[in-house]
Amino acid sequence: MPNEISRRSFIKGSLAAACATCATQVPLPASAKTKNDQELATLIDIRKCIGCEACVEACRDVNDFKYPQPEKPFPKMVPKRVKVADWSDEDGREVRDRLTPYNWLSIQWARVQVDGEEMELSFPRRCMHCQNPPCADLCPWGAARKLENGITVIHADICMGGKKCQVVCPWDIPQRQTGVGLYLDILPSLAGNGVMYKCDRCYNRIAEGEMPACIEECPEDVQIIGPRDEIVAEAHRLEKEEGVSIYGETENGGTNTLYVSPVPFETLNQAISKGPGQPHFDKVADQMAHADNLAKAMLIAPFAGLAAAVGRLYKSTKNVETETGELS
Amino acid sequence: MTTVAGSRVYPEQKYFKPLYLILLFIMGLTGFGQMPIFKRYYIADIPGLGWLADFYATHYIHYIGAIILFGFFVYAAVVYFGLLRKQFRLSWAAYVRIVLLALITITGIFRVLKNLPDVVFSPLFTMAIDISHLLFMMFLMIFGIVFMISKKGWLTLIKAE
Repeated sequence: MPNEISRRSFIKGSLAAACATCATQVPLPASAKTKNDQELATLIDIRKCIGCEACVEACRDVNDFKYPQPEKPFPKMVPKRVKVADWSDEDGREVRDRLTPYNWLSIQWARVQVDGEEMELSFPRRCMHCQNPPCADLCPWGAARKLENGITVIHADICMGGKKCQVVCPWDIPQRQTGVGLYLDILPSLAGNGVMYKCDRCYNRIAEGEMPACIEECPEDVQIIGPRDEIVAEAHRLEKEEGVSIYGETENGGTNTLYVSPVPFETLNQAISKGPGQPHFDKVADQMAHADNLAKAMLIAPFAGLAAAVGRLYKSTKNVETETGELS
Repeated sequence: MTTVAGSRVYPEQKYFKPLYLILLFIMGLTGFGQMPIFKRYYIADIPGLGWLADFYATHYIHYIGAIILFGFFVYAAVVYFGLLRKQFRLSWAAYVRIVLLALITITGIFRVLKNLPDVVFSPLFTMAIDISHLLFMMFLMIFGIVFMISKKGWLTLIKAE
């Protein structure tokens, strides 16, 4: 992905596309396709995870070439309230207990009671890959986007690092690295602040028919991947037959990462460390639901305007008739 | 209904302009609010403007503004063709505004479509609609200021033969 569109080609392409949009009609592009049932989802069975971090290491290995290589010194930020986010030193790159620009998957731990017995559970955390991702919907540049197979990616060559995606993400997943990306070529001190990074679920490996690294390298087969319908059906089967709780089926309107847990997620949520780079297990309402409803209302608005205008013309015609009648 | 210089003055000629300007101001404000600039540049720190840093709030208001604008545009077009066209024709400045408004509307519709859960656009097309939507709005603002200074209105009175 980072090599598909360079900064120069981005600017040239954007301007050309904008001009083309201006000069011609706007046909629906061939690439605009409706979502089908082939969105891929993963199911993470918390009961199987042993916290070995093989997934973490696999993720770091295969995605190393996507990690930021910031230029230093960083541009002076204006105004001063804008803080740099730098994980590029040796210590920062080694952080594994939270999400960072160099660590897109981390293991969370929770000490809970399971069937009256105290247990320590571990589980991988990363981007949930929402079905209707606010990060992609609200990204002002189109840098964050959802692929047809349900993966949400952030385009490192386009991202300005404004952190809007993190602010609107219910789980605060994307993480910023300053000193890299498009903003350096535009107004480095005044606009932008780097690039946001997060799990892209190894979209490039999936495109080549391979498995995401975290799934392939897991010695306990904690995760499975498949069409979302099948993944949801499997989660329901486990819920019915083995009494697990499900997370992700309805959160934020549905995500393409589902978890099953031996304890309710409310319990799990209370037992985990939460904070920057450490996502919660709260219930999450569909963040884009209101916007989607308003979008539907846009279809009605022209008809309302038309009805009002026709009423106005009718009233005007009646008034003219009255005035004409009075004159005669 | 009053008569000025022999021409009938319709109520729309009085309340359209302030309504249009208010709507465009709100759309511009909430549109720029889609970029993370208001908090960075202390504007959201001004008492009463904290909502400008709430991306969901500005997004909803932008959508509501678009709904009102859609209705307004259709109303204005029908009233112009049904009533005002007898006495007025559109000035060339009006055509410039209409073209830009149409382009903003078209790109905005595609942006809304892109935000629906069932629609996926290519990255280049997404960028194109994002950036062109912003550029067309900036052109409209620039032309609007130029036309305001040069007193180029929307309507020109048709002189009696």
